[in-house]
Amino acid sequence: MNSIEAEAGRLKALGESEPRLARDPVNEPMINNWVEALGDRNPAYPKFAPPAMVQVWTMYGLNGVRDADDPLGAMSKVLDAAGFTSVVATNCEQTYHRYLRPGEQLAVTTRLSDVVGPKRTALGEGWFVTTVSTWYVDDEPVAEMMFRVLKFRPPEPSGSVLRPLVNQDTEFFWQGTAKRELRIQRCPDCRRLRHPPGPFCPVCGSATPEYVLASGRGSIFSYVVHHHPPIPGKRLPVVIALVELEEGVRMLGELPDVPPDEVWIGQEVVVDWSRVDSELTLPVWRARHD
Amino acid sequence: MTELPELKIHTTTTFVVSTALATRDFQDVHHDRDAAVARGSQDIFLNILTTTGLVQRFVTDWAGPEALVRNISIRLGVPCYAGDTLVFSGTAKRDGKDTVVDVVGKCSLGDHVTGTVRVAGT
Repeated sequence: MNSIEAEAGRLKALGESEPRLARDPVNEPMINNWVEALGDRNPAYPKFAPPAMVQVWTMYGLNGVRDADDPLGAMSKVLDAAGFTSVVATNCEQTYHRYLRPGEQLAVTTRLSDVVGPKRTALGEGWFVTTVSTWYVDDEPVAEMMFRVLKFRPPEPSGSVLRPLVNQDTEFFWQGTAKRELRIQRCPDCRRLRHPPGPFCPVCGSATPEYVLASGRGSIFSYVVHHHPPIPGKRLPVVIALVELEEGVRMLGELPDVPPDEVWIGQEVVVDWSRVDSELTLPVWRARHD
Repeated sequence: MTELPELKIHTTTTFVVSTALATRDFQDVHHDRDAAVARGSQDIFLNILTTTGLVQRFVTDWAGPEALVRNISIRLGVPCYAGDTLVFSGTAKRDGKDTVVDVVGKCSLGDHVTGTVRVAGT
């Protein structure tokens, strides 16, 4: 068991936190502020509080500090320390047993329900932390809430993406991608196309290459699904395909935004452009449906 | 099955800020654009308490003041940034004495919220 699971187990065993009182009793001015901001003209308010306001009454506020026994705060500390520093709420389920009236004083307790992970998500690797809160008026439970957040490790900024090595043999290719042109090297003497680019024609030995523009259409000759090791600036897995162009040469490139099980050999693809920054544009491949 | 009238909200910067403060949510990503951008967002965005409140409003606008909201269960999707438009649609069906409404709130990036609201009495 790792330290995250150990802390989750400890916090779950602690059960409900001590009841924490709302700063103010349920009151008309705060109800009026809420309905004004949300544009809610339900005439039942402010005689009653909007049920969805229940969480508002016990917010920590501008300068609030979480209670030491608040399980979400305690769990966040451990996940922060492990690098899962970002947070996003994913689910919220509120059940209201009755409507509240101005003057009623709420208190809330919270317990840790479960901690699940690590999971790979669209935002990055993370843990789902679920808490259950109960609001009371005196000893009467008046509302409950299941609240789930994803604590995730933010992905590497794209600025750290791996860059191609550009030299005098390959410069024309990258100048082409910047203009969204896919260039194929050609020998001016024997007219053969070749890729990747090199200084000499491997057939006739000519050392003054030129290039032609590819149509950008081809089919998948082969591909790999890269799961490990991590690649800076990339969310894994990624599909890297060897594409056979209509012109006959083969070229490597990523198939972004495609689940690996939807890729097959022979699949028709067309070039697309992934602009990394002002100095680098990469050719990528997308399935063709024409 | 009954289709609910659409609710369209222009989530202006003022709307995002005033609802965040009315729900006592002082997280900087809901009122400070520079801070939101520094944290990787494109702008400030709607807070969850407001989303829950808007889902409730969408249903009670249709069901009327006599309807008692019993449960709101929502799943959050893409963020709803300042300057976007949030459009709620939904269908209601009877479930015993209750009515259950399936709700979707869409903004330009996709589904911001999906969920159900259970109401008693009409």
